Amino acid sequence: MSDTIAADSETLAVPSAAPRETRAVRLRNFWADYRRSWVAVASLIVIALLIAASFGAPLLAPQDPYDMAALDWMDAFLRPGTVGSGGYMHLLGTDNAGRDMLSAIFYGLRTSFVIGLTAGVLALSIGIVVGLAAAYFRGRTEAVLMRVVDLQLSMPAILLALVMVAMLGQGVAQIIFALVVAQYAYFARTTHGAATVERGKDYIEAARSTPLPTHRVLLRHLLPNVMPPLIVVATVQIASAIALEATLSFLGVGLPLTEPSLGSLISNGFKYIHTDRYWLSIYPGLFLMITVVAINLVGDQVRTILDPRNAR
Amino acid sequence: MLGFLLQRLIQAMIVIIAMSVIVFLGVYAIGNPIDVLIDPGATAEIRENLIRQYGLDQPLWQQYFTFVGQVLRGDLGTSMVYNIPVTDLVFSRLPATLELVFVSVCIATLVGIPAGLYAGYRPNGIAAKAIMALSVLGFSVPTFWIGMLLIMAFAVGLGWLPSGGRGDTGSLFGIPTSLATADGWSHVIMPAINLSLFKMGLLIRLTRAGMVEAMSTDYVKFARAQGLPDRQIVFSHVLRNISIPIVTVFGLELGSTLAFAVVTESVFNWPGVGKLIIDSILQLDRPVMVSYLVLVVILFVLINLTVDLVYARLDPRVRLKGGAA
Repeated sequence: MSDTIAADSETLAVPSAAPRETRAVRLRNFWADYRRSWVAVASLIVIALLIAASFGAPLLAPQDPYDMAALDWMDAFLRPGTVGSGGYMHLLGTDNAGRDMLSAIFYGLRTSFVIGLTAGVLALSIGIVVGLAAAYFRGRTEAVLMRVVDLQLSMPAILLALVMVAMLGQGVAQIIFALVVAQYAYFARTTHGAATVERGKDYIEAARSTPLPTHRVLLRHLLPNVMPPLIVVATVQIASAIALEATLSFLGVGLPLTEPSLGSLISNGFKYIHTDRYWLSIYPGLFLMITVVAINLVGDQVRTILDPRNAR
Repeated sequence: MLGFLLQRLIQAMIVIIAMSVIVFLGVYAIGNPIDVLIDPGATAEIRENLIRQYGLDQPLWQQYFTFVGQVLRGDLGTSMVYNIPVTDLVFSRLPATLELVFVSVCIATLVGIPAGLYAGYRPNGIAAKAIMALSVLGFSVPTFWIGMLLIMAFAVGLGWLPSGGRGDTGSLFGIPTSLATADGWSHVIMPAINLSLFKMGLLIRLTRAGMVEAMSTDYVKFARAQGLPDRQIVFSHVLRNISIPIVTVFGLELGSTLAFAVVTESVFNWPGVGKLIIDSILQLDRPVMVSYLVLVVILFVLINLTVDLVYARLDPRVRLKGGAA
């Protein structure tokens, strides 16, 4: 709390509390707490590797699954470990169109991450604006905004996303929009809850009594103190955005197979579930599961650290 | 109380009207359903006739009011794909979904609450850690993927259970249900487990959190000091005290289980309403889509309204605050 006041020290001439150093110390303490769970550290490493593999896909993957010309039907349904007509080994086999599964998974992960992160950041921003506005302006604004948010929270995200997709059709932009609509309410509720508590505290009262503009009080004083719970919600929501996109694509209302996401790959493999061609569905599914669980485990650890009941 | 009731009722009405407009306009914006339904080789005359028959030549707002008027008379329109009234279609599919939801809710409760109680009773034991890890999995791993793994393991791999569809139905108290036959059970058990996992994870977490908190309260300490056995403390004191939030969340989650049934029904090819809505989205069967979505919205608004009113009944602070706002 002291550093938010100090952040305005140049304008207010409050004695400086050396904010930069405090932040570094805090970060170091956070990491020391985080390190205590090896599962959480391992999850972080796994996420880093997955992100590297997905965004490095054009360099790492042996094949470009978007390039229909590079696909050869002679290579269809090769077992994992077979060398195809391309002269390289298909570590995870190929699908019905001769797509190298490993390449498709890397590219698919990239689609999943891009959608999950974009939707997460957009939902976070909108949620913060709505939550802060409601907590700060109170009265009718608060009543209306929070009523809408609560109503949305009472409906499962999958249903809202389904309504959106039914209305908007398929495609990356549509899916992101659907996810933002389905998820911003979680951020708005969390922001509102934390901001209502903070708002009653003296430092906000103090900041408001100065001639600082409202937006500055909101963004520089209130927001930093509302962030910790939002970080936890954000990790969980990014994971659930990725899972939700995969679910929609699996149901056939998300992304088409020409734009492989993990969900559409699994959906394609599902058609062959009764044959012995297990690799079409099981590998993309494993990657999806590992991604989602790893993000959730990181979120869990962050929650444990930030929980005031666990404070030392 | 009466003012509060009226206020909430009006709010509920506004929400239903707003959602029905959004859904109707949104679904209409997908494109002209006639293009999908009519054979491209049909003559212009047949086209014209069909468009007029479905009322698609009317302005949008008029179509909306026609739709609302029909809904109020209990007529949800006719499915463009099956060519039977949507009401009949939904009601023919509803029993399958309800029995699936029923079995999965039973599984979630019978497993989730004891597991959560135990995890909260010995929070640092290995079993508790394992239970919590499982609940994280049930929570975070997408339902459809677990369903596929179940099919791969028990249907394709081991061959113990059928991989999908609804089995033979028998009659139980005059209702046709697959719960009356062994074949029906073998078909329902896997999708029901699949559908129950999310709820089970939630129940485990809720029960555990309540249990951990309750175990450190004074009334438990007193009961212990009195010499009551732990079993009695847990089942007759703690369980009663932590049951209120559990029941609330459970009630709210009932609606979401119906929504999640969409996913499970698609994986297991279960002929319920969830499968119906996905098929209707894929086939652009507009009347079915709009009716399903509007019905679900009404269902959720009613659940919320009930919860709000029950809370207001139990806690005067809610009703005073809500009334003033």
